[in-house]
Amino acid sequence: MANFFTDNKDLQFHLRHPMMRKIVELKERGFAEKDLYDFAPQNFEDAMDSYRRVLDIAGEVCGEVIAPNAEGVDHEGPRVVGDRVEYASGTVRNLQAIVDAGLSGMTLPRKYDGLNFPLVCFVMANEMVARADAGFENIWGLQDCAETLNEFASEELKAKYLPWVSAGATCAMDLTEPDAGSDLGAVMLRATWDEGRQTWLLNGVKRFITNGDGDVSLVLARTEEGTTDARGLSMLVYDKRDGGVKVRRIENKLGIKGSPTCELVFTNAPAQLVGDRKMGLIKYVMSLMNAARLGIGAQSVGLCEAAYREALKYAHERAQFGKPIIRFAAVAEMLSNMKAKLQGARALLYETTRFVEIYKQYGHIARERALEADERQEMKFYNRLADGFTPLVKLFSSEYANQLAFDAIQIHGGSGFMKDYACERLYRDARIMNIYEGTSQLQVVAAINAVTKGTFLEQIRRYEEAQYSDAMQPVAAKMRELTAKFEEMNARVETLEKECAGYKDFHARRLVETAGHIIITYLLARQAGESDEYVQSARVFCKLAEAKVAEAHTYVMQSPAEDVELFRSVQNEVL
Amino acid sequence: MKKQLNIVVLAKQVPDTRNVGKDAMTPEGTVNRSALPAIFNPEDLNALEMALRIKELAGDAAVHVLTMGPARAADIIRDAMFRGADGGYLLSGREFAGSDTLATSYALSCALRRIAPDLIVAGRQAIDGDTAQVGPQVAEKLGLPQVTYAEEVVKLDENSIVVKRRLDHGTETVECPVPMVLTVNASAPECRPRNARRVMKYKFALTPSEMAAAPDSEAARRAAAKEYLHIVEWSAADVDPDPQQLGLAGSPTKVKKIENVVFQAKESKRLTAADCDISSLMVELIASHTLG
Repeated sequence: MANFFTDNKDLQFHLRHPMMRKIVELKERGFAEKDLYDFAPQNFEDAMDSYRRVLDIAGEVCGEVIAPNAEGVDHEGPRVVGDRVEYASGTVRNLQAIVDAGLSGMTLPRKYDGLNFPLVCFVMANEMVARADAGFENIWGLQDCAETLNEFASEELKAKYLPWVSAGATCAMDLTEPDAGSDLGAVMLRATWDEGRQTWLLNGVKRFITNGDGDVSLVLARTEEGTTDARGLSMLVYDKRDGGVKVRRIENKLGIKGSPTCELVFTNAPAQLVGDRKMGLIKYVMSLMNAARLGIGAQSVGLCEAAYREALKYAHERAQFGKPIIRFAAVAEMLSNMKAKLQGARALLYETTRFVEIYKQYGHIARERALEADERQEMKFYNRLADGFTPLVKLFSSEYANQLAFDAIQIHGGSGFMKDYACERLYRDARIMNIYEGTSQLQVVAAINAVTKGTFLEQIRRYEEAQYSDAMQPVAAKMRELTAKFEEMNARVETLEKECAGYKDFHARRLVETAGHIIITYLLARQAGESDEYVQSARVFCKLAEAKVAEAHTYVMQSPAEDVELFRSVQNEVL
Repeated sequence: MKKQLNIVVLAKQVPDTRNVGKDAMTPEGTVNRSALPAIFNPEDLNALEMALRIKELAGDAAVHVLTMGPARAADIIRDAMFRGADGGYLLSGREFAGSDTLATSYALSCALRRIAPDLIVAGRQAIDGDTAQVGPQVAEKLGLPQVTYAEEVVKLDENSIVVKRRLDHGTETVECPVPMVLTVNASAPECRPRNARRVMKYKFALTPSEMAAAPDSEAARRAAAKEYLHIVEWSAADVDPDPQQLGLAGSPTKVKKIENVVFQAKESKRLTAADCDISSLMVELIASHTLG
């Protein structure tokens, strides 16, 4: 019996993190529901036991149902039949298994039939689903849209939609349009209030909508006639059963083929307003996006896990020159780096998830009662960290997903180029991860503030002050060196930005990645103190970080202000 | 008002013989149970799924699992509850030790008389014995009609059930009055997974012996507080049997000798990949009824 939870010690390690006690306390509000629901935990140990049991179920569904279906889904793909999406048959079986296993509405409150699980557990399940089939992760992971409803919608809307999601209704977030991709402020789909029907009516076109024919859709639309920017946009929720939306086509994609990417035509589709008018992009999409970026982080780590396992297995099985290829230094080095990146990305993923979780829970509590001064302060503290770490984890894990998928094929040699092995599907599936929910370039834009405003450096200082095992002393010393380099680069960029606008933008990725390399190394070094399992990866990642930071440092320190112009000159090139 | 349909699934906890290691057998030639993980007999899971589907079809129905075995067999009752069963009965005690299929079906039939279900659903056979005898013997002992090799329940009303059976060369659909006994094939739908909410609700379901073994534990305290967390446990005395028909005394089957069968190629034949060689082999195999 394949089980993606029990076979993954790293995942189980992160579930045991000491901060879980605080997270469970917050999520369970001091176990206030213990006598209200027959499945609510009585105490911390009970809650943790339930998380492990349910993740065990998720691991089994992933290993026994979703993963075996992945190849068939990739070949068959979804179709449009009569303006509706028809999923591949394997996708239908996956969804049934998810409903049977009760893995919907994982984080939603119990009063909406949810499991009231911490985000950490949802991210873990997410990661396992992505390891089984990255395309299916999109369909399943979109249940996260319900969190946005839970956070911002009226009680009436929550009562209508959330129990449905808990019962297995699928979701979509309808944001992008043909002329509004990364620039969502340009969204033109119209929402007009119909006085007679007492409802908003949606008209227009959405494009590149993942699971666009889902049951519940959050739609970004222009409610303010005559406006052209973000301030005229609101968030609405559309119930598929009400009709008015047709699927015009689904895209023929390179990867994640099981996940239908739809072009939708809205014709007087009724919808209800979520939260306040005009706050659609400014507030709600930002929240949705942050959650979605964490989701892609999980999807990417899941893909890294799959790629590493495929590569490791093949390297043991494949013999050349009389021995398994893993015994050749070049292959062993690749696999060591893959493992370090996988474990590093996962360490960053769960660190970020914990930050997000704590500040989100305080946000929910603040709607129930006024927060104490220290709680408010803590919420602000974690909010700031989450804002910096979320784009960082999206950036690193999605780039690593691509690197690991690339290396997995390399280790398979010519066979990896054939359709016979799973690594070619992983390679195609990974390619979208550093593009959607904001390209890597946009993650850098989102994360650079955490460099310039000192969020990353402050956190690096906190990691620096922590205790490390003897084995990790050289790693910690190396990180102090790299942090000095990071500060040096920072100082130079600050100074030169004043001379030449655009200098900071030009070096932004180098700065963000330097912070990321240092942070990930610290996280692995900390884990190595708790478990010997991580000593190797911490050392390997430290080497990787040292080389990467040296490269970035050299580039920045030797980069004159004129570089900005140098790299702009291509703009005059026209074909 | 229609009466609730009472369904009992016969299930067995078996050693996982699908992944046998070198210490799977004792030197005496019996199964070394401690070396193999104990699992829910696979075809009994198909039976559980069929029972749960019948429950959905009937609307008002209850599914209980009946198993005979040592204390730890309560694990499969909990597992069944995680997947949708309403509860279970564990038939346990030294009197039942050493039962062959006849003694097992006798003990189960005594318990079933006490439960008096409308439908009894069992897996076709267990992977440790592969006899496929217990289900049919239970039906005989209770004087109930039986449908074996069931794959799908097509229709159900108060008085009868329509079942599709899997046979060697196709399927057969039969109608049978209820109460009756169904034995279910591995080709029937696989059992649904454990359900998250049910696992959290029923994880502390315990038998009285399990509660007594650790009376101060949180699990025992939790189980004692809620009626739905009580797994029924019956000893021989609870099902009013004839002691002579139980356990070793009631088991006429005696294992005389066990031999390891090693397949050897006695009359091997080398073939080329040529079409004529392959077709002559096909003709030969069809003639000997090995194929077709």
